[in-house]
Amino acid sequence: MSRELMKGNEAVAEAAVRAGVVSYFGYPITPQTELLEYMSRRMPELGRAFVQAESELGAINMVYGAACTGHRTMTSSSSPGVSLMLEGVSYIAGTELPMVLVNVMRGGPGLGNIAPAQSDYNQMVHGGGHGDYRCIVLAPCSVQESIDLTVLAFDLADKYRSIVVLLTDGSIGQMMEACELPPMQPLKTKFADWAVQGAEGRERRFLTSINLDPAAQEEMNYRLLKRWVEVEANEVRYQEYFMEDAEYVVTGFGSSARIALSAVRAARAEGIKVGLIRPITLSPFPKQVYANLSDKVKGMLVVEMNAGQMLEDVMAANRYRIPTEFFARLGGVVPFPDEVLEEIHRMVETPIPTDSHPRDRWFARVMAKG
Amino acid sequence: MVLDNCELETTVFERPDTLTGANTHYCPGCTHGIANRLIAEVIDEMGMREKTIGVASVGCSVFIYNYLNMDFVQAPHGRAPAMATGVKRVLPDRMVFTYQGDGDLASIGMTEIVHAAARGENITVFFLNNTNYGMTGGQMAPTTMPGQKTTSSQNGRDVETQGYPIRVSEMFSKLDGASYIVRRSLHDPKNIRMAKKAIRMAFETQVRGLGFSMVELLSICPTNWGMTPKTSIQWLEERMIPYYPLGDYKVHPALAEIKL
Amino acid sequence: MQTEVIIAGFGGQGVLFGGQLLAYAGLDEGKHVTWIPAYGPEMRGGTANCTAIVSDEEIGSPLVRYPAAIIAMNRPSLDKYENQVKPGGLLVVNSSMLDRPVKRTDIRVLEVDAGDVAERLGDKRMTNMVLLGALLANLPVLPMSAIENALKVHLPERHQRLLPKNFEALREGAKYKVN
Repeated sequence: MSRELMKGNEAVAEAAVRAGVVSYFGYPITPQTELLEYMSRRMPELGRAFVQAESELGAINMVYGAACTGHRTMTSSSSPGVSLMLEGVSYIAGTELPMVLVNVMRGGPGLGNIAPAQSDYNQMVHGGGHGDYRCIVLAPCSVQESIDLTVLAFDLADKYRSIVVLLTDGSIGQMMEACELPPMQPLKTKFADWAVQGAEGRERRFLTSINLDPAAQEEMNYRLLKRWVEVEANEVRYQEYFMEDAEYVVTGFGSSARIALSAVRAARAEGIKVGLIRPITLSPFPKQVYANLSDKVKGMLVVEMNAGQMLEDVMAANRYRIPTEFFARLGGVVPFPDEVLEEIHRMVETPIPTDSHPRDRWFARVMAKG
Repeated sequence: MVLDNCELETTVFERPDTLTGANTHYCPGCTHGIANRLIAEVIDEMGMREKTIGVASVGCSVFIYNYLNMDFVQAPHGRAPAMATGVKRVLPDRMVFTYQGDGDLASIGMTEIVHAAARGENITVFFLNNTNYGMTGGQMAPTTMPGQKTTSSQNGRDVETQGYPIRVSEMFSKLDGASYIVRRSLHDPKNIRMAKKAIRMAFETQVRGLGFSMVELLSICPTNWGMTPKTSIQWLEERMIPYYPLGDYKVHPALAEIKL
Repeated sequence: MQTEVIIAGFGGQGVLFGGQLLAYAGLDEGKHVTWIPAYGPEMRGGTANCTAIVSDEEIGSPLVRYPAAIIAMNRPSLDKYENQVKPGGLLVVNSSMLDRPVKRTDIRVLEVDAGDVAERLGDKRMTNMVLLGALLANLPVLPMSAIENALKVHLPERHQRLLPKNFEALREGAKYKVN
């Protein structure tokens, strides 16, 4: 298999094609648009469905319809567009349908800007749409991982009748890196017993998210939770770097983990025993790896491109046991490795307070700088 | 003689296979039941029950999947045309239709329906226009008549502050992507027969791959209008039809050869 | 060993393509590479820059504050990036579009009248190639042959007839050496 140089967004599109996506529905928005453009060319070439919808609302509901047929389907967007899609996301969750949603995050809130950010963590991981549901959320940090996780996303969606979100950002989407694409998979020919394709020679089926009887709705919610217990048991993924002898830990996801990796390497070169934990599945969150951190770990630094959304999950996961610091850039500003290195130095050189929240201390430092 | 009479007995009326036989939730006098039945009869006659997928919407139309014996999916409010697009693009050999009321189609879902029509999406839309939001208790809809009283226009729709009704069929007839756009009414046997022919023609449009088809059906809502079914029918004839004239607004030339 | 290069200029000056060529060439040489653009929302005329990294090991951050080399194609880019070149690093400037000299003395500076050279060669749009040639002649990151090969493969079809001219532009640029 030859290595080629591909843009993150286009690599995700081609990976989805090779994973057997039969329909794609989307709407232009920077920094995601290359994905839509690639699909507009590639899908018709293969005789598969592509529609540039009238809005993100249109796109997600086209996906909803396509998902009802049991065939693989997807959409992609960026933060403001994803907000618009959340109505459909809740309905798709409520109808227990598989689908893949790619969110190439940008700076916000509101119209924000087109620079990379990670401020949709809560929206994707802790809800977004109304009702009690969870999505599987995968956070790649490179073009190659974007490809691998796209393929995985379709498999997990089918396996758990679940929405799977590929959560990238403007930098991973726009970046070009060497990568290897997977082989072309044959399209699905066997379908689940819920797929709506016309009642030919069988009882009719219907798919809906309505449950007027609260007791029936409660049953449905139990069913979703039962499935989630399985997801939590089987699908947690994360990567560790230099953790064997680590006395300090840096953690972050996607782009910020990658930036942090550069800083961790630099710190190691200085002799600081620091490691890195990078959650790959943000949902299910790798709680255990934080819970199991040895008491020898003297401090942890959470690095994000948002105001500490994953920070809360990390602290809860280690039961507020490990003294923690926080560092972030917001609004589409991407941190540089040397900024993270500086924070590592601070963590190692000064005692970490345990009587105040890491976000408050970080923000006080930001404000003090002016 | 008695035996002879038995042999002479022939079936003159029965339930179409496409109807499940479930009791409907529609109010007494409501014309939704007629529309459901007409669609079922046409699908029976075309032999398409097992090859058709319906898309239910939100409003009184929401439970149509309980009444029609075929595969169904249920859309969020207004999004049925987008959902139907998704189904049809993946399964182009299936007959796909939406069943929507005026609030669903002409208010919250106007974007989705206009663009489905503009794309020439090869789906069929049944649009029940009863000039109000029935399911939520009779609020003003985009099709509510000037001066008409509803629970959210209690002194009658004031066009100065609440705007004018939308004539959907007229509007869509200007779209190049639309192939069959007609308005019919369900208020008497003659018009009901004409409505059935239009439903058939709309499905034939789709089967022939000619693109977007829509039948607007003027309907009554006695409960929310606060009238008896009989006065409702009168009101439809005297007030609605002059504002929403019946007729063919756009018919693809290739449909001319079809004789029903 | 990791080498970071930022190329900055106006949109339309071939800033992004210049960086992509470095990445393609690095890939062909078996290196780890990243290329990442940054630009405003406008399609033309705004400022644009990209960062290309060529490395022997897996690359962490695709963005760095203090890169090993910078090509500044206009005055705003010089103003923005002059102070970011790593001490001892290389700054290549397009002096055809500058009205001031480079101030720093702790870096290696190469002033190339690339716009004029490109114009003399017949097409001002080859300014980026002249500067790239100058960069490669003074920064041992990739051999010139790798860039030439990448250019052959990735120059858009409609510009392929300009290939010999582009090679010439690279070679003209390579004649410039830091004192």
